[in-house]
Amino acid sequence: MRRCNRRTQLVLLTAGLSLLLLAIYLVGALIPESAYASDYLAAKLPPSWEHPFGTDSLGRDLLMRTLKGLSISMTVGIAASAISAVIAVLVGIAAATGAQWVDAAINWVIDLVMGVPHTILVILISFALGRGLKGLLIGIAATHWCSLARLIRGEVLQLRSETYIAVSRRLGKGSGWILVHHLLPHLVPQFFVGLILTFPHAILHEASISFLGFGLPPEQPAIGIILSESMKYLSTGMWWSAVFPGLLLVAIVLLVDRLGDQLRRILDPSSAQE
Amino acid sequence: MRKFWRRLGRPLLGYGVKVIALLLAVSLVAFLLVCLSPVDPVQQYILGLGTAISPEQRAEIEDYWGVNEPPVERYVHWLSELLRGNWGESALYRRPVLDIIGERFVNSLALMLCAWVLSGILGFVLGCVMGICQGKWPDRLLKRISYLISSIPTFWLGLVLLLIFAVWLQWFPTGFSAPIGVTQENVTLGQRLHHLALPAITLSLMSFANIALHTRQKLIDVLNSEYVLFARARGESTWTLLRRHGLRNILLPALTLQFASFAELFGGSVLAENVFSYPGLGSAAAAAGLNADVPLLLGITLISAIFVCVGNTAANLLYGVIDPKIREVAP
Repeated sequence: MRRCNRRTQLVLLTAGLSLLLLAIYLVGALIPESAYASDYLAAKLPPSWEHPFGTDSLGRDLLMRTLKGLSISMTVGIAASAISAVIAVLVGIAAATGAQWVDAAINWVIDLVMGVPHTILVILISFALGRGLKGLLIGIAATHWCSLARLIRGEVLQLRSETYIAVSRRLGKGSGWILVHHLLPHLVPQFFVGLILTFPHAILHEASISFLGFGLPPEQPAIGIILSESMKYLSTGMWWSAVFPGLLLVAIVLLVDRLGDQLRRILDPSSAQE
Repeated sequence: MRKFWRRLGRPLLGYGVKVIALLLAVSLVAFLLVCLSPVDPVQQYILGLGTAISPEQRAEIEDYWGVNEPPVERYVHWLSELLRGNWGESALYRRPVLDIIGERFVNSLALMLCAWVLSGILGFVLGCVMGICQGKWPDRLLKRISYLISSIPTFWLGLVLLLIFAVWLQWFPTGFSAPIGVTQENVTLGQRLHHLALPAITLSLMSFANIALHTRQKLIDVLNSEYVLFARARGESTWTLLRRHGLRNILLPALTLQFASFAELFGGSVLAENVFSYPGLGSAAAAAGLNADVPLLLGITLISAIFVCVGNTAANLLYGVIDPKIREVAP
């Protein structure tokens, strides 16, 4: 068997990881509501073959609820990180190419957003929009664009000082043309890597905010809600309802983190020769 | 005098103006967000009273609160009262907001200070170990752990620690800042620390990874430098190297980073306090948000912004101390 080189291995591994994540997402999304219907006869059962994660206080199967919750969390995470990545690109480009006061204003807004702890800010936004999915999504998207925007601003500033941009300008191309043909293609990898690396943060924040009771309504099987319910029964010995859903959440976050790392290595031109 | 003004006075004044503008903007944004909310604070207040109320009384309350005035007027009114020291009355606790914040801030501060010091020391020591053993197994193991722990949600770590140490082993109490049934005055320092331990450990475990990885990188940079090579050639041991060349170069940047992480610290304390039912600002913030207690929520937002601001100011000052380049450029 011919051995693959490192780059091929990396690509294969990345594809495998993405497939795994997609599979978890689809399994979660396709679970019917009846799979985690309450069954009072089977309440508070410890893990067994029938219920690998045990059941909660209403007799709902925790594995099914956790998977469903993960798919909801992933939807929120993807949407929120996509929105914040788009904001970051727009804002970063505007700061780097716009007038000086635009740059100053954007930096000031970033300072402002970073100046309030994220948890408090998301609570405020969620309060303003009347809790629920919409407030959660907007809150997370509004707090996660800052660092990526700074990164992209730096990148664009560096690109603009390259010689080929100067040549292009001398050849009479407008700044819009330069933006579309020279700057944006360079930002595509940054955009995707940034998006994927924001994703774990978004999921963790979603879970924490749901845990605090903002965000998704309590009948939704979100991870944060499952864990906050489990807290009430912790002292009665229902350890499984706290441990397993959290472990699965951590596993997903680690997988996505890994995926982002690998994607960065694939997109990094200096590793193309390996 | 002129030199003093140019070197210290003017930057200080500029910084002060910037900070005040930032805090004003935070108050404005927070106020706008609260105004947007579909939750009716008057309704919440009346629900909190627990008695039925006539429409006339309701109108009186609305009048007293100024609900029907335009938002701009309300904001100006709120801000001027704020500056005069009247932060409003909490609808949830039925007490002046400033009293609640003062009382809970002490609790939160104790928690955050413990976690801050603990995570700083832990992160710094682990970072040094990783830097010295670069590439060997302790480095690889600790790096793994650091990455792993930054992917774990704070509240879940808190839950697991609660489960292990409070429910199974029963080494620590499951919550609150003092034993139940003991009045505030009779709580001993030992009891307080006993209740503080688990939330503080949770919070510090969450934030040491950042500082450890940063310290590791800095120490590796230092150890790869030529003056360290020379020192090694002179026959200095690793410990002497660390003491003479390492610590001097990495201690202050680490401290700066630690000061700059006040926002994460506060955010983490909101979660940790909720898991351990610790009566601090964080649990008050969540309660205020859930119960539509607008004055308290606004007050806590402002306090958290000031807290972060203090941390950033300290970090900026330290930057100046560490880096002569910034010190020279600043004036």
